Amino acid sequence: MYAFEIERPSTIADAVTALKGEDAQALGGGQTLIPTLKQRLAMPATLVSLSAIGEMKGVCVGDDGAVCVGGATTHASVAKEAAAHYPALAEMASHIGDPAVRNRGTIGGSLANNDPSACYPAGALGSGATIVTNARQIAADDFFEGMFTTALDEGEVITEVRFPVPVAANYQKFVQPASRFALVGVFVAKYADGVRVAVTGASENGVFRWSDAEQALSGELSANAIAGLTVPADGMISDLHGSGAYRAHLVKVMTGRAIVAMT
Amino acid sequence: MPKDSGIGASTKRREDVRFLTGAGNYTDDINIHGQAYVHFLRADVAHATINNVDTSAAADMPGVLHIFTGADFEPIGGLPCGWQVTDKHGEPMQEPKHPVLAHGKIRHVGEPVCAVVAETYAQARDAAEAIVLDLTELPAVMDMKSAVAEGATKVHDDLTSNLCYDWGFVEENKAATDEAFTNAAHVTTLELVNNRLVANPMEPRVAVGDYSPADDMHTLHTTSQNPHVIRLLMGAFVLGIPEHKLRVVAPDVGGGFGTKIFHYAEEAFCTFAAKQLRRPVKWTSSRSEAFMSDAHGRDHVTKIELALDSDNNFTALRTETYANMGAYLSTFAPSVPTWLHGTLMAGNYKTPLIYVNVKAVFTNTVPVDAYRGAGRPEATFQLERVIDKAARELGVDPIALRRQNFVTQFPYATPVAVEYDTGDYEATMAKLEEIADMGGFAARRAESEAKGKLRGLGVNCYIEACGIAPSNLVGQLGARAGLYDAATVRVNATGSISVMVGAHSHGQGHETSFPQVISEMIGIPEDQIDIVHGDTSKIPFGMGTYGSRSLAVCGSAMVRAAEKVINKAKKIAAHLLEASDADIELKDGQFSVAGTDKSVAWGDVTLAAYVPHNYPLEDIEPGLEETAFYDPANFTYPAGAYACEVEVDPDTGKVTIERFSAADDFGNVINPMIVSGQVHGGIAQGIGQALLENCAYDEDGQLISASYMDYAMPRADDLPFYEVDHSCQTPCTHNPLGVKGCGEAGAIGSPPSIVNAVIDALQSGGKNVTHIDMPLTPARVWDAMNNA
Amino acid sequence: MASVSMTVNGKSVSGDVEGRTLLVDFLRNDLRLTGTHVGCDTSQCGACVVHVNGNAIKACAMFAVEADGADVATIEGQANADGSLSVIQQAFQDHHGLQCGFCTPGMVMSAAALLKDNPKPSEVEIREYLEGNICRCTGYHNIVKAIMAASGQDVGAIAAE
Repeated sequence: MYAFEIERPSTIADAVTALKGEDAQALGGGQTLIPTLKQRLAMPATLVSLSAIGEMKGVCVGDDGAVCVGGATTHASVAKEAAAHYPALAEMASHIGDPAVRNRGTIGGSLANNDPSACYPAGALGSGATIVTNARQIAADDFFEGMFTTALDEGEVITEVRFPVPVAANYQKFVQPASRFALVGVFVAKYADGVRVAVTGASENGVFRWSDAEQALSGELSANAIAGLTVPADGMISDLHGSGAYRAHLVKVMTGRAIVAMT
Repeated sequence: MPKDSGIGASTKRREDVRFLTGAGNYTDDINIHGQAYVHFLRADVAHATINNVDTSAAADMPGVLHIFTGADFEPIGGLPCGWQVTDKHGEPMQEPKHPVLAHGKIRHVGEPVCAVVAETYAQARDAAEAIVLDLTELPAVMDMKSAVAEGATKVHDDLTSNLCYDWGFVEENKAATDEAFTNAAHVTTLELVNNRLVANPMEPRVAVGDYSPADDMHTLHTTSQNPHVIRLLMGAFVLGIPEHKLRVVAPDVGGGFGTKIFHYAEEAFCTFAAKQLRRPVKWTSSRSEAFMSDAHGRDHVTKIELALDSDNNFTALRTETYANMGAYLSTFAPSVPTWLHGTLMAGNYKTPLIYVNVKAVFTNTVPVDAYRGAGRPEATFQLERVIDKAARELGVDPIALRRQNFVTQFPYATPVAVEYDTGDYEATMAKLEEIADMGGFAARRAESEAKGKLRGLGVNCYIEACGIAPSNLVGQLGARAGLYDAATVRVNATGSISVMVGAHSHGQGHETSFPQVISEMIGIPEDQIDIVHGDTSKIPFGMGTYGSRSLAVCGSAMVRAAEKVINKAKKIAAHLLEASDADIELKDGQFSVAGTDKSVAWGDVTLAAYVPHNYPLEDIEPGLEETAFYDPANFTYPAGAYACEVEVDPDTGKVTIERFSAADDFGNVINPMIVSGQVHGGIAQGIGQALLENCAYDEDGQLISASYMDYAMPRADDLPFYEVDHSCQTPCTHNPLGVKGCGEAGAIGSPPSIVNAVIDALQSGGKNVTHIDMPLTPARVWDAMNNA
Repeated sequence: MASVSMTVNGKSVSGDVEGRTLLVDFLRNDLRLTGTHVGCDTSQCGACVVHVNGNAIKACAMFAVEADGADVATIEGQANADGSLSVIQQAFQDHHGLQCGFCTPGMVMSAAALLKDNPKPSEVEIREYLEGNICRCTGYHNIVKAIMAASGQDVGAIAAE
């Protein structure tokens, strides 16, 4: 790691101020950033740790019924605290990384990083969540802009994520055997106004919505409804762990399994 | 009734207490006052000419003490290779220079080019980034078959080609073998890859060099399986330090699996730099460095053919293998695809004619050397896969085909130059059928099918040659060292014992199991006996731990030394009891005169040896300490039969191990608990090779699987509970304990049964898949199913 | 440099660290608590697992300054007050749940965290919980068995020694 200072503000306002410093970078749970720093792939002058900001932690239910998760809430906390309100989200959080990683890694960190194989982007996009920052609210549909790229501006902090609670939802992860990230992960959520299907792990552009499946499922939520669909292999990640064609195939298999689990 | 101490008891491990309380002493836990830190600037390209190395800016960076380059080591010897293979024409292998730091050329990603020594590790790493390398990149030599084609780019310009050797074994059998194929009723052919692996002991390598000018003493603390071997190789061949001025210490070592046998550049560097700089110099490998600097394992590409007569008897076996050496010859690399591989091609079968051809090839990759099993897993895999394929082609039961061809008479001289002393392959197969509940397989398959899954059962046998090795034999085969071992049994005045052993324990539990042997021999409690290992200044000599040899070779040396001690003690007892030493018996720690009630306790005899007031000083020396060197008469031949049951998800190709059973014959067993643990770990590594692990390069020589993000290590949820049995015991006939060795069996014996099981599952689902190369990842299985 | 203070195994400690000093480096290098190990640089192997404020975390993926004011527990503090092995440690010895010992501190700390939340975990729950702890020696058989035994479950029926 290159040398840097760490600041630990206790309020969002102080964090935002600290992030205005030259080459300042936010530090969530650090479970991805710290290994990146070890590889010397990042060179911040200051890391602004968000882990001491009490107002950014915890899960609550908003007036509109949405589940609101503080940006610095760990995966372990979401798994525990969201279970009663949004079981599919809690279940997804309970399988991110491993127990020790879940005790540090945060939802805000995961979404801001937008790793193409991470679970939370699928959960947020599949739920049509709203990403709340210190400056504004961003719809999930507008937030993810491709691999490791988001709509966040420099120094902008995810303070909260609001998840509308679906009628039913399920996340199916087929793990990459080494990293245990998603080789393909599919989050399916049924809302009153339709079904959302979000896919992670598969595309070179990061998380995406499988709109053909959404349309097919909005009529009838059953595995049969997607039986005739195929996922094109173009633009799918192809690597040591599977070809684009394999990932495309898994998208359909995992979607089917999510539907079966929901119905 | 199980024994509660001595040979055959599952004594709990005494070393566990320090490991469980955080009190272990691993090399990285060693910090010497005033130590400096080295960071190696490693090559990030696979093949290049080094035009210039500019360290001037880096040298001025904060904390930098010195920057070393390849030029600093040019006058010094390179890293030696410990085994010279002779090719099929009787010519010695091509043996390139192996510099400590790259000089003139870079030959693999990860090769150390410069070494920056600084006050802190971070300063050393900061400075390394300021070094400017002027390189001309060259095409990377990656594919073995292309590498030996005419006109291929050469890894080593001063060699005639990339072919290290072309080895034929047994060359005299070749014509007869070819003829047997011509006359065969059936020939089964299989082309396969034995995937490149990274050993990945959980403790990365560490070296701490220290130098004392007052007495010109060099000390190297290192993560080694064999400190004496490192002292010999580094002292004699690299740095020119005589043994009495070089101490090598390998304290607690966090796993080895072969990759900590070899002498590495970083060890030589830290020892050298400590003297140059008059500062202790420490290097701790990161896992990322380990992936590109620890010797890799396996990496064979093989074509195997099995000939059978019309009664399904094996009549001949023929193989052609390309074995990757990597860019340089690691310490024992040439021996792995030859003498540790070709000699095992008979397996458990009485195939009369065998011819093995191995082409060892240099490529722009990390050197490849022994990894758990070393050559024997490669032999077992191809043989047990081709037999399974033959059974399917012939429509016969794969177990019956094996049984029909078992060696049943011992000793048995194979057509590949080795002689099995004992074995009972029918017994281990029968035991396997029992513990694997093969009778229940059909019902389990039906259950899986009801869930939409495919279920398969795969079986294989294995044999290995352990307890390496008779020195005169391996000398003829090209070993540049003897392969005996040594032990000193030091009896203290009050009767307790310290045993200094040349074997090194890095997980095997010697500190517990070796005292069980001495306790059994003398009849004193195990806790009166301690084992000392891992320090050349404390133990007489030793060739170390690898090849499942510790108990068979070093344990035998210990027994011989203990026998000498007992013989001397009997003489002392005879004197004390006023009897003839021929009449003295030792049992339960008491010396008695046969046929009388006269006796004297062990402790009284040992005290007499050190306080020799009433003592036959005219006949024997005071003191009670003996050393023995033991050179084995033959290899040992553990063998067994393994079975695996898998479930395959036809939608995703994911393979799940549902049952794994192992019936082994290790000869006599000292500590059954430890033996089971060794088998468990070996099986997990075999499952890792078969399903998960793949060390992969791209065509430019970049390591793709360079961390645990891409190299899939087996985790707890990838694996089942194992059913293991070692009750079939045909003791080794030529060592005093009748032991054969158990450390590698699991890794050797497990991969074929897993692949056989997956093929069985797919065929049961109507997929005409006859082979899939390891690792059988979901993607590969799915591809195979969809292309079938 | 920043000063940090924390409680480690019940004792107050403090030191001056750089921003980039990892908790594991502070434990190993400053406090000389070398039982916590480093086996990888991608936060996967789990040899460095310790407890921070009662939660299992990877000490290689947390900065020392982030543990300022925290209550840290390491392998060195797991034995009973009289020095005897804890129930979990004893179960690891009884069931041969370790070989080279390098992953063991992390395994024990993870096992302790698991049993705190789930006093009688099933085999599957144990295996899933150990996803972040890699052992290369044991094949996990005896680790799983030891944790089941430490939770008071009868492991007599499980295969092999």
